[in-house]
Formats: sequence, C-alpha cells, structure tokens
Amino acid sequence: MKPPPFRYHDPRTVEEALGLLAEHGDEARLLAGGQSLVPLLNLRRVRPRVLIDLNRVEGLDGVDAGAGVVRTGALARAVGVERAPAVASALPVLPEALLHVAYPQVRTRTTIGGNVAHADPAAELPAVLAAVGGDVRLRSAGGQRTLGWSAFFSGRHRTACRPDEMVVAVDFPVAEGFAYTFSELTPKLGSFAIVGACVGLSRSGDEVTGARIALCGVADTPVRLQAAEQRLTGGAVDAAALEDVRALVAGAIDPPGDLHAPGGYRSHVAGVLVVRGLRRLWGAPA
Amino acid sequence: MTGPQTRVVRFAVNGRPVQVTTEVRTLVSDLLRHDLELTGTHVGCEHGACGACTVLVDGAPMRSCLMLAPQVDGRDVRTVEGLAVGGDLDALQEAFRSEHGLQCGFCTPGILMTLTGEREAGRTVEDALAALPGHLCRCTGYVNVRAAVRRAWSQLEGS
Ligand SMILES: Cc1cc2nc3c(=O)[nH]c(=O)nc-3n(C[C@@H](O)[C@H](O)[C@H](O)COP(=O)(O)OP(=O)(O)OC[C@H]3O[C@@H](n4cnc5c(N)ncnc54)[C@H](O)[C@@H]3O)c2cc1C
Ligand code: FES
Ligand code: FES
Repeated sequence: MKPPPFRYHDPRTVEEALGLLAEHGDEARLLAGGQSLVPLLNLRRVRPRVLIDLNRVEGLDGVDAGAGVVRTGALARAVGVERAPAVASALPVLPEALLHVAYPQVRTRTTIGGNVAHADPAAELPAVLAAVGGDVRLRSAGGQRTLGWSAFFSGRHRTACRPDEMVVAVDFPVAEGFAYTFSELTPKLGSFAIVGACVGLSRSGDEVTGARIALCGVADTPVRLQAAEQRLTGGAVDAAALEDVRALVAGAIDPPGDLHAPGGYRSHVAGVLVVRGLRRLWGAPA
Repeated sequence: MTGPQTRVVRFAVNGRPVQVTTEVRTLVSDLLRHDLELTGTHVGCEHGACGACTVLVDGAPMRSCLMLAPQVDGRDVRTVEGLAVGGDLDALQEAFRSEHGLQCGFCTPGILMTLTGEREAGRTVEDALAALPGHLCRCTGYVNVRAAVRRAWSQLEGS
C-alpha cells in the first residue's frame, strides 16, 4: 500500500525542526531512517497530518567515542556506528548488537535516535542502552533535558519524549573494566529478537566486581535484572552461581506470549542466553 | 491543505539527470517504476522485508519502498537498468548467469544492487554473503545465489 497524504517539511536545522514540532505537536511525526515509520505509513497504521523529515538536518549525525562515553547523534546511521573503528574499540558490544538489527540494506538508513524512539519491545539497542546504563538527550523549542534509559522507555512503543520534543543524541557510557556481550534468539538473522540478552561483567581475578544484565523481548520495555547482578557480584561465575542466576532470571520476568513464542518459552530462553553470555565473558568452562 | 502537496525532484538515475514533479508521498520505488518507467526495480512487500526494491542511493543499498520522492532530490540513484552497459551483462550479472543464480528473477534486481554496492565499497565476500538475508528469494534456495557471489568475488580478486 501507499502512504496517506500528509504535509511534508524537510528542515535544515535542529531549531527549524523544533519550531515545526512546537507548531504542530501531536499532529506531526518525525521521519528519521523511515525503516519503521514508512512501513507504518504504507500499511496506513499511522496517519500524521504533518511529516517532519530530519534527513537534511545538519549536525545530528555525529558519532563520538571518547571521554568515557560513546555519543551518537540521533541521525547517526546504524551502519556508520557499526563500522566506526573508534566505537568498536570503546564499546564493541554496540556493533555486535547492531548486526542483529535488520539487514545491512536497512541499516544504511536506520538511525540510532529513531531506533530508541520507536521503542520496540524486541529491539536490541534499548537492551544495550539499559545494560550500559545509558542516557537519551532530548530537545524542544523550550529547552533540553537528559533522561536515563529507565525513565525514557515507558511502554510498548512508548517513551517519555513529548510531542514537542525530539531525541538529539544517545549516550552509551563506557565503564572502566567492563566487558559485554550480546546474543539473541531469532527465527532468522535480521529479524526482531524473540529474546535478546546483553550481559556485562567486570572482574578482579576470580571475583566478579560488577555485573549488568539486560533483556529485550520479555516485557514492554527493556529490563535490568538486578537480583541476578547482585548474586554474581563478589563471587566466581561457577556452576552454583549460574544455577541461581537461571532461577533469578525466571523469577524476575513474566514475558507475554504472542504468535512468535509462548511466554514460558521466552522465559526459558532468557535464562539460557544470560548463562551463555556469562560463560563467554568468564572464559573458563563453568 | 489544498490538494495534494507536490515537489519538483531533481536527481540522477544511472548517471542521467532527471526532473519529476510528484506528490511528496510518492515512494521512490513508484517514482522509478511509474514516473521513469524503470520497472527493473521490483516491488514485493512495501514494508522493507523482501528486498526486491533495493537500489543504490549515493552508492549505498537502500529500500526504495521506504523512501519518499523528495528524499532523493540531489542524490545519485542507481538501478538494475544501469548495470549492463550497451547490452552486455556486467561481471556480477555474468556470474549469476553462469551459476544459475536465479529462476523467476523477481528478487534478482535487488540482490544485484546490494552486491554492486558491496563490491564498490570494497567489502569482502563474507560481507556480501552476510547481506543476502536482506533479500527473500522463493525460487533458488540461495545455494546458487551464494555460488554466484563467490564466483564474482573470486574474479574480482583474480583480476
Ligand atoms: C525488514 C526490517 C527488519 C527490522 N528488524 C529490526 C530488528 O531486528 N531490530 C530492531 O531494533 N529494529 C528492526 N527494524 C527497525 C529498524 O530498522 C528501524 O530503523 C528503527 O526501529 C527505527 O529507526 P528509524 O531511524 O528508521 O526511524 P523511523 O522509522 O524514521 O521512526 C521511528 C519512530 O521514531 C520516531 N522518531 C524518529 N526519530 C526521532 C527523534 N530523533 N526523536 C524523536 N522521535 C523520533 C518517529 O516519529 C517514529 O515514530 C527492522 C526494520 C525492517 C524494515
Ligand atoms: S518492496 Fe521494498 S523491501 Fe519489499
Ligand atoms: S529467483 Fe525467483 S524469487 Fe529469487
């Protein structure tokens, strides 16, 4: 199908875009990579009166990996982030996770800002943002604010971004000594995850000094698993710890079932992915 | 709003400058097929899943069904019609013919454009094979498509 009619604007500056948002508010939609919004338009699931195309806005596509944080401009394309050597060395889990987001031909347009703003429950990047404890930077004509990931993601395809606001950047902090890994179960490489897990560890010898575990595909928003993180901290990743973690993962989530997978299956897979991630990071057979 | 909003869109198609006045909501796939009569770009799903509509925009493979006409203003667009110069298949197309990398050919233009983008960007044969999941092919089972990719890339290395 084809998109319904709309009024189209393609501003050149952030200020112009914010002015249009202030004027049109919830009658308008921002268009970034269009890899989620244009399908919705073509299927006529959304009918905005006004479309504000961000693709010609200057200065929103930067990718900056330095000073303890990888900051991606809202318009940074997934391919650019995934192929940037500075990102690969600062936070290799970012390119690792992005390889699971759709296909290369879709990632040439997919933007980091659009991906988090779309807030799909199965999307990989929000889980990475949760694991690293990242922030989303927002601007409106009236001001700017920064929200932590848990304040930003408020529901299924819902965020705290107001109709007069836009995401201008996404910050992925790089914590000293942490290594992360991302894995997911999916029917086909490039499809949305049935369940995805981003796991991070820091260690000192045989002792875990910090653990971070986040999941996508198990709830309306990405989920951090604090009880499992606490169980791991201060000990080794041994068979007993992994058994406890598996139970704590299952206890912390109650995934809904849908046509892709029943809830109980998702819950089981979450435990398997977390345990595999921990094993991979710990190295020794546990 | 009085009547549908239109725009004059100027861009290059396979190196040829074109100018089209069209509704802003026109998909680039329809711009190519209907306005420019370049029907080599196929349309399967119109939601990004099948890859039949993939073209190169400024050298990068993109879904033309997920782009609006004004978004290609000033850009360089390449479609499957631009591959065979003077009627001679290019090396990639020859590889597909040699390996029988197609049957009905519905998916082929999109696959060829993705692979052309990968080749010109100097990407490896592994990169090229990893891009194939972005195309649905109902005929070949991908075996001969993968063989064509390997042949094309080994010729590239041999040349
Ligand atoms: C075949 C296919 C497979 C896919 N598979 C996956 C997958 O496995 N995992 C995954 O995560 N995604 C997947 N996607 C979707 C992903 O590619 C989208 O690109 C992404 O979810 C949205 O990013 P976008 O830049 O395309 O945003 P758009 O589609 O342009 O916008 C999405 C939404 O975000 C809003 N928005 C955009 N930019 C901003 C901003 N700066 N501030 C505030 N709001 C904004 C828009 O108004 C819209 O509501 C897939 C897409 C396709 C076509
Ligand atoms: S028609 Fe564009 S991806 Fe299917
Ligand atoms: S050759 Fe028929 S769909 Fe691929």
